[in-house]
Amino acid sequence: MNYLEHIGKYFLMLKQVFKRPQKGKIFRDSLVRELDDLGNKSLGISAFIAFFVGGVVAIQTALNVDNPMIPKYLIGFATKRSIILEFAPTFISIILAGKVGSFITSSIGTMRVTEQIDALEVMGINSLNYLVLPKIITTIFFYPFIISIAIFLGIFGGWVAGELTGLFSSTDYIDGIQLEFKSFFYVYAMIKTMVFAFVIATIPAYHGYYVKGGSLEVGRSSTRAVVWTSVTIIVLNYFLTQMLLS
Amino acid sequence: MIEVKDIHKSFGDAHVLKGISATFEAGKTSLIIGQSGSGKTVFIKSLLGLHTPEKGDICYDGKNYGNMSTDERRYLRKEIGMVFQGSALFDSSTVEENVMFPLKMFTNQSKSEMLERVNFVLNRVDLVDANNKYPSELSGGMQKRVAIARAIVMKPKYLFCDEPNSGLDPRTAILIDNLIQEITDEYNIITVINTHDMNSVMEIGEKIIFLQHGIKEWEGTSNDIFKTDNKAVTDFVYSSNLFKKVRQAYLMEDKK
Repeated sequence: MNYLEHIGKYFLMLKQVFKRPQKGKIFRDSLVRELDDLGNKSLGISAFIAFFVGGVVAIQTALNVDNPMIPKYLIGFATKRSIILEFAPTFISIILAGKVGSFITSSIGTMRVTEQIDALEVMGINSLNYLVLPKIITTIFFYPFIISIAIFLGIFGGWVAGELTGLFSSTDYIDGIQLEFKSFFYVYAMIKTMVFAFVIATIPAYHGYYVKGGSLEVGRSSTRAVVWTSVTIIVLNYFLTQMLLS
Repeated sequence: MIEVKDIHKSFGDAHVLKGISATFEAGKTSLIIGQSGSGKTVFIKSLLGLHTPEKGDICYDGKNYGNMSTDERRYLRKEIGMVFQGSALFDSSTVEENVMFPLKMFTNQSKSEMLERVNFVLNRVDLVDANNKYPSELSGGMQKRVAIARAIVMKPKYLFCDEPNSGLDPRTAILIDNLIQEITDEYNIITVINTHDMNSVMEIGEKIIFLQHGIKEWEGTSNDIFKTDNKAVTDFVYSSNLFKKVRQAYLMEDKK
């Protein structure tokens, strides 16, 4: 199957996904379950990575800014900007593409190969709407929350790194992160996050839903889903940056 | 009644169903038999609308499935129960949640009413004290029973079973066969079963359709199958010495 066919099939899938849920209560139950599986269980790894990446960014900036003419508060300023604009929304989204994407593909793919999706269809249930819509809604509305926490922890990680290494003072760092705060940068990060969240929910769902074969194919499909989700995020990141910041 | 008229289905170059016609009546257990690759599963999945035939009609009580709107199809599917070959139970849900799922989705019953119905059907399939178990904790026979319970919980008009006793020991296989037969009689439903199992053919086959290479090669009852001289059928059904002897004994008895 060529790429155009896959793209066409992906959009036809979305057409089925965005239908009114057949039963409100079941949909709400699914949302709560997905919130735990895709949201809650991603918080820990995102927080851990954000904290250490923040620390690394601050240390690297400090080590590269050794000219005495450059004020030390720029370390905090650069760390804040890097984390808000790029590291939190993009880097964490790529991590989530791996973690959540493989979970979505393997769970839906296993349902496909064990005929559970056929069972849903035979019952008269729109399986795409039932399985994928709660995932999209959960990721789109919960991931901005995760990324906001990641931004906070990343900046905090930078401060901790300064305290532990003594490369820059706490006062300089705090002055830097307070310097020239542009709220649009946060909005930009949230827009990117929501677009990436949609990609993280739908591309793996596509790969899982249309898998054919057995457990080996489900595994291969999970790998393919993570690769394509990451590639799509990187490409969209380029275009979104161009559109929103230039 | 389900009427199937001249259906064709291909996958790429493989022409799997080559013009099959058949009728299935209420209160009767109809069996589709044939070798692996003869098109049985594709046939039953075409009846269910999981595959779309390129040609031919499938009519449920006179209404052509191909001409139905999406809503009409969804409504029809609420009247269909299906037992899949691998049971297709939702593996992260308990037995009770599996059986209750169609009720939650399509009815406005209270929790207690749904629970009452779930317990009734679980009792009907002789499955007690298993409500809170997960499918992985059950034996193959018990999983099949849960699948049957889920299939009949909405009081379907049509029941489809894809190899319901594959992988089961002979005793459990007979129990499952008998259970399906009883449910068919009790609720006067149309039951269509795909099977390889010759015991099922002899025990519950009120109507038997033999498929070979995607063509309906033969049709008859379990009595007719003893008398037929269709070579393809006899080669398939009487491939074991045991069944050859059973057939000889039947024919000798019949002559007397």
